[in-house]
Amino acid sequence: MYPPAFEYQAPDTLEGALAALAELGDEGRVLAGGQSLIPMMKFHLAAPAHLVDINRISELSYIRRSNGSLCIGALARHNDVVRSDDAKASDVVSSAAPWISDPLVRNRGTVCGSVAHCDPEGDWNSVMLAARAEVMVQGSSGSRRVGIDDFIVSYFTNSLETGEMVTGVCVPIPSGATGGSYMKLERKIGDYATVGVATQLELADDGSIAQAGIGLTAVNYQNTRASAAEDMLAGEMPSDELFAEAAAAAASASDPQTDVRGDADWKRNVVAVFTRRGLAQALASAGS
Amino acid sequence: MQTQTHHKPCTSPEIGGVGHSLRRVEDARFLQGAGNYVDDVNLPGMLHMAILRSPVAHAKLVSIDSSAAMELDGVLAVVTGELMAQHNLAWMPTLSGDTQAVLATDKVRYQGQEVACVIATDRYIAEDALRLIDVDYEELEPITNPQRSLEADAPLIRTDKEDVTDNVSFTWEAGDKDATDAAFAKAAKVVSIETHYPRSHPSPLETCGIVADVHPATGKATIYMTSQAPHAHRTLFALVAGLPEQNIRIISPDIGGGFGNKVPIYPGYVVATAASLLIGLPVKWVESRTENLISTGFGRDYYMTGSLALDDNGRILGLRTDLLADQGAFYSDAQPTKFRAGLFHIVTGSYDFDAAHVTAKGAFTNKAPGGVAYRCSFRVTEASYLIERLIQNAANEIGMDPAEFRRMNFIQPEQFPYTSPTGFVYDSGDYETAMQMAMDMVGYDELRAEQAAAREEGRLMGIGMASFTEVVGAGPAHTYDIAGLKMFDSAELRVHPTGKAILKLGVKTQGQGHETTFAQIVAEELGIPATDIAVMHGDTDNTPYGLGTYASRSTPVGGGATAMVARKLRDKARKIAAHLLEASPEDLDWEPGKFSVKGSPDSSVSIQDIAFAAYTNHPEDEEAGLEGVHYYNPPNMTYPFGTYIVVVDLDPDTGVWTVRRMVAVDDCGVRINPMIVDGQIHGGLTEGFAKANMQWITFDEDGNCIGSNFMDYLVPTAWETPRFELGETVTPSPHHPIGAKGVGESATVGSPAAFVNAVIDALAHLGVTNIDMPVLPDRVWKAIHNA
Repeated sequence: MYPPAFEYQAPDTLEGALAALAELGDEGRVLAGGQSLIPMMKFHLAAPAHLVDINRISELSYIRRSNGSLCIGALARHNDVVRSDDAKASDVVSSAAPWISDPLVRNRGTVCGSVAHCDPEGDWNSVMLAARAEVMVQGSSGSRRVGIDDFIVSYFTNSLETGEMVTGVCVPIPSGATGGSYMKLERKIGDYATVGVATQLELADDGSIAQAGIGLTAVNYQNTRASAAEDMLAGEMPSDELFAEAAAAAASASDPQTDVRGDADWKRNVVAVFTRRGLAQALASAGS
Repeated sequence: MQTQTHHKPCTSPEIGGVGHSLRRVEDARFLQGAGNYVDDVNLPGMLHMAILRSPVAHAKLVSIDSSAAMELDGVLAVVTGELMAQHNLAWMPTLSGDTQAVLATDKVRYQGQEVACVIATDRYIAEDALRLIDVDYEELEPITNPQRSLEADAPLIRTDKEDVTDNVSFTWEAGDKDATDAAFAKAAKVVSIETHYPRSHPSPLETCGIVADVHPATGKATIYMTSQAPHAHRTLFALVAGLPEQNIRIISPDIGGGFGNKVPIYPGYVVATAASLLIGLPVKWVESRTENLISTGFGRDYYMTGSLALDDNGRILGLRTDLLADQGAFYSDAQPTKFRAGLFHIVTGSYDFDAAHVTAKGAFTNKAPGGVAYRCSFRVTEASYLIERLIQNAANEIGMDPAEFRRMNFIQPEQFPYTSPTGFVYDSGDYETAMQMAMDMVGYDELRAEQAAAREEGRLMGIGMASFTEVVGAGPAHTYDIAGLKMFDSAELRVHPTGKAILKLGVKTQGQGHETTFAQIVAEELGIPATDIAVMHGDTDNTPYGLGTYASRSTPVGGGATAMVARKLRDKARKIAAHLLEASPEDLDWEPGKFSVKGSPDSSVSIQDIAFAAYTNHPEDEEAGLEGVHYYNPPNMTYPFGTYIVVVDLDPDTGVWTVRRMVAVDDCGVRINPMIVDGQIHGGLTEGFAKANMQWITFDEDGNCIGSNFMDYLVPTAWETPRFELGETVTPSPHHPIGAKGVGESATVGSPAAFVNAVIDALAHLGVTNIDMPVLPDRVWKAIHNA
């Protein structure tokens, strides 16, 4: 539980952080909440030579609605989302927030840190997939917005270039009736998901499904969009039968491993159960 | 024998004797962060130790190159097995008569085994140096389960032992084979179960640690150590290291939980002490969480089969059990010498029948050694689990309600003292009263009705029960010893002139509240307010010899010693009172806190006045002072019991089960501090729930430990833990001085079967008869789908 030696700096401004990251190149790692990075360093799973602590950059600490989106800054903690009225604009975001780890981690850990970490057992990227979020990325030479599907590359791998960092994440808030949910099976509070399913349904005026979003946690090498299930739902009138078919398609999109959290067949089944229940919950909250 | 539903205190609240829920005096310092744990001990010039552990489960140790580590600034020494061997300390004895490597010399036998130690000026330097040590391993086949271990072609693990040709660590049996065979021969029905009680870990929140301070000038070794048994450890240090015992002082300061994990002596203690001796400076070593989980004493890991023979009416005729222990690489169970599978032969439980036969075998594997009595009186937990699971399945198989099946087979109150088929003599019990109270509290009949209706709707709920009997408080010196040391215990009481007192114990709290509870025993016996009594323990230079705190033995043995020494002092106080009151001792009446002359209650003298007189005005024919010591050898063990009932709701789609109700009726005899007893039961129920629901240590096929940190080894928080509803009956122990039995472990022992029985009860109509612990949702789901 003793990390290897490392250098540390804590710039006061975003420009300072970006300059430090540009200079350090591959040696530098951003420290935000540290709820994944610090344990990984203690276990010697990560050994960054330099940490760039962004906790003093207060401009990154926000949750706000703007231009039809809910935007969460790089220093917003999980518990800030739990407590935020603005976050209630997105069911799938606000229902996931209380499921993140335990109260200690939620007080310290950040949404964007979790998004950037790309741990397939992390909850937020499934939520971002269901909500079709955009990740705001900045480097010393400029900024860009990356769709979540392009941001997630693989197991613990994102599409940031050297010297870039995540400054925020934006979730579009559809104008029509929309509902969402996050369902998580965990062994105990503070555990990663055994299986998690994020769902969002946007309804058209006639009650049919305009767009569906389904993101799966911990059942693939990365958080996964259940595209076939989403396509199956789009344009259709919601029904129990339709949800059951979509649930089966979501389960087919999963490829879980048998491990101490449980058997692969069972996990695949839980994906189906949670997709079915999640869609029903999303529909109910869209209608309310 | 009398069963009461509660015990009315005999003393006033001001005195605070037995039966008062005094607040714990130790909590003031703990709640203010002012406790003093081993890691809080910092001595001038103190060095730090870190341990290099084997990354592989089974390998020949070819070479160790520590030259690069030695060159790191701040590193004073790299200790290897070769160096320890020069001092005859490469191996040490275990508490089960085996030997264990201190630092590996020939092979590594489990992942996490100690290979080398770095001594440095700070812990970070020591940790960095570990990574500079180059060890060459030649890997061997790892044996990860005892079944493989016993196969003829399995590699031999204990190549260190001469004349050893297999991986068997022990064989043992108890009971009467012929009588049991006869019982099964005439059985109308035989019900069997095969189950694994998985490996778990006591995981105290404070890991193990030591500060060894061997003074170079005096040779005095002052050792601050996380020890549940400091006196026994002092003797073992003297015997193993050859240090003169008067020069060893073991101080076990505040201990953050033990649960059996702090009973053994670990290699780190030995190397740190040797390093301090050789270097002449204090050396600190405190385990990381991972070190604690992967290398120190685990609990359980018994593969068990059991069969009950029943007659036509459902009466039990006999019990046959066989067990296979996954021992790890060394046989280091902490248990009484004569009993190779601990007290597992209590497996006949709360039930009256004539014949039982227990056979047991242990097998070495490439896993950490241990088999400590994790919150358990030496394998009683495994035994209780097996019989209570069997009872549930037997009731199901013959179509009888499990409560009725128990009622019919219980040992009856008038049968006590009851001699069990394996030779235990149960001191007292009233099982049916406790069970009925639990059933009334939970609303048993209504729940059964609800369950019948729920099954009609396709909803799954279950009601599980366990009516356990424990055997705790080792023990009578004629039968029980640890490493040859008889399992008595001691108390020394000094009443000061102002009437305040200090009580010194041979047992040692790890959070059980001894500083409060044991003062209450003195208060009960002498009438001195409990708040006027300081309790001291855990310092071998300043307390009388004892075997320590584990296996629920503190109240049964140390508590007995405390009551007896207080009574010795009361006898002397009577003589002093007679002197002061100018009466004969026989003419005095005692009530808590004072003696008075028979027939003239106004003519009295308080215990405080007597204490003052003991130093200022004592009778000429008496020694001055009011002090004494007592070594208590209990005449028998104590047998706490109770019934736990769990109600679960089960989601058939996911296999997730949740606890709706948990009722626990405990009978631990007389309760000294009812609040502390309740706390013990809450803690034990939580640990029992953990075992049933989520907790286990497992290994992959290469022998890698899965469960090496708290992300993988799950300890429930208040969030997951169900709400507990407690009830009590009081059946005093007839042989204990104050009628108390041990209670620290009842709930860990009794509750796992209640939780599992509830899940099985929810699924029994589908034909499900067993799911091994932890009863994970995927196992439940598969059981439903395979049923």
